Amino acid sequence: MDGFLFIDFGSTFTKLTLVDVNKDRIIATSKSHTTVKENVVNGYERALAELRSKVGGEINIIKRMACSSAAGGLKIIALGLVPELTAEAAKRAALGAGAKVIKTYSFQLNDDEIEEIKNSEANIILLAGGTDGGNRKTILHNAKMIAKHNIKIPIVVGGNKSCTDQIKEIFKDDIEYYITENVMPKLNKLNIEPAREVIREIFMENITHVPGMEEVENRISQVVMPTPAAVLRSAEILAKGTACEPGIGDMMVVDIGGATTDVHSASDGFPTKSSILLKGLEEPFIKRTVEGDLGLRYSAKSLYEGSGSFLLKKYLVGKKYNISYEVENRNSNADMVPENEEGRYFDESLAKVCVDLSVKRHAGSIESVYTPNGMVFYQEGKDLQNLSSIIGTGGVLVNSENPRSILEVGLYKDEEPDSLKPKNPKCLLDKKYILSAMGLLSMIDEDKAVRILKKYVVEV
Amino acid sequence: MQDKKTIVLGVIGSDCHAVGNKILDHALTEAGFNVVNIGVMSPQEDFINAAIETDADVIMVSSLYGHGEIDCRGMKNKCVEAGLEDVLLYVGGNIVVGKQEWKDVKYRFSAMGFDRIYPPGTTVERALEDLRADLYKEHKAAV
Repeated sequence: MDGFLFIDFGSTFTKLTLVDVNKDRIIATSKSHTTVKENVVNGYERALAELRSKVGGEINIIKRMACSSAAGGLKIIALGLVPELTAEAAKRAALGAGAKVIKTYSFQLNDDEIEEIKNSEANIILLAGGTDGGNRKTILHNAKMIAKHNIKIPIVVGGNKSCTDQIKEIFKDDIEYYITENVMPKLNKLNIEPAREVIREIFMENITHVPGMEEVENRISQVVMPTPAAVLRSAEILAKGTACEPGIGDMMVVDIGGATTDVHSASDGFPTKSSILLKGLEEPFIKRTVEGDLGLRYSAKSLYEGSGSFLLKKYLVGKKYNISYEVENRNSNADMVPENEEGRYFDESLAKVCVDLSVKRHAGSIESVYTPNGMVFYQEGKDLQNLSSIIGTGGVLVNSENPRSILEVGLYKDEEPDSLKPKNPKCLLDKKYILSAMGLLSMIDEDKAVRILKKYVVEV
Repeated sequence: MQDKKTIVLGVIGSDCHAVGNKILDHALTEAGFNVVNIGVMSPQEDFINAAIETDADVIMVSSLYGHGEIDCRGMKNKCVEAGLEDVLLYVGGNIVVGKQEWKDVKYRFSAMGFDRIYPPGTTVERALEDLRADLYKEHKAAV
């Protein structure tokens, strides 16, 4: 049997997906613990053995491709000028490239900040600032600071194009740098594709630093992108479709994990009602937000102690739990799997908080202003009210008996009329956990990826 | 003209008069300026942020609904705070409520730190003349 093998090196699990070359079907999937400490190849071998035993017969693997978020994934620091403008644009570019944004800095860096950057675990620094032809001072200052402190992290320069020649002179051969287009060439105009692509290329070159990854690259397959970037790709092709395969229209993916909750929306997010003014930085068609304080394991504590405490109690109403104990237990045992109905219910309630808050933070909002000419509305962020579907992914949803009830928490509520969340979308489930694999498959055959997505991402 | 000078243009406060804004945008662009139009209903912060990122030379504020005086209060201080002390501040439109003595209005706005203050009915040419005089001073002197 001929198959394409897709590998996802996650922070907890290494997941394999085997796709039939000749038919639009998934032959089998398997997973095993990721073994970053020893050698990632071991975990891969174990998962592969499981996959072979599931299939039974001989598998002839035609092509292998991998994505990775192992060892904390791709970590980026974003530098910009004004927090709401180029710093935000740089952050969005990094998120869109599938990275984890450790920190965003604005304006001119000082010694303490650059020291912090030097000691950070960042894999890439995205240096932005100024529109094309605009402010030069800040980006040049920050470039000089980087050179002065001899930062050994690759720098992606996506700022004012009028400064690139000077930046090249500042960096010379001492700093590893890549020049790309400005992330905000004109005021409020976002241009993140070129920076995203450069970040992906650097990721591919540098991934070999994870123990065993070099061996993976030599023996198994090239790691072509960070896992979140693969999920974004999947979301984009499933929404838009291809020339031969129609997509399902504007949609949103909610990925509930142990450490973070990621929300991806594929939609322009333009106002759905007339006479509404758009404010702020332009939104990308495919947008990703990551909530580092919302998760079921590592982030259970921050969820409970932070913004989610009230909501968690609301979703647990009528049930008796020692909430602090349950939260602490999950926070310290990332591998904990609930063994009974109560444990699962607690996980699902945590998941509801994640969905509730992450979708609210992702969606745009509308504000009404009274003016001498009557009421005027303005919208900030994306209007997602008309989305056709919301897709859930992540273990807690897949294992739930009622995943719909969790996803529905993220929909529009009459109590929050200003939040532009989806109103009547279909609730879909990524039951086989194939979103990242299909993002990889789209590099080989987009039509096939769309067909398989439509077949395996099912309504619940 | 050597370098194109950059002007941040917008209508301040909760004011949604868009026509004059579009005319100014067109006329200033036509006259060779780089216009960054942030549009109607813009708070002070949007003007300032836009001016920082685009390295603007002038911030040109329009107000047509009579509340300009409240909307513009403290703007110069915020500019100074943001490192824009050298950016010129222009304001024009129906910037105060009712019919008031222009001399007083002009005095109040210049006390607020505005460099050029225009009464209702000012032509675009007038503003263009001032812009050239203010922005190309050194150039003129050199010639």
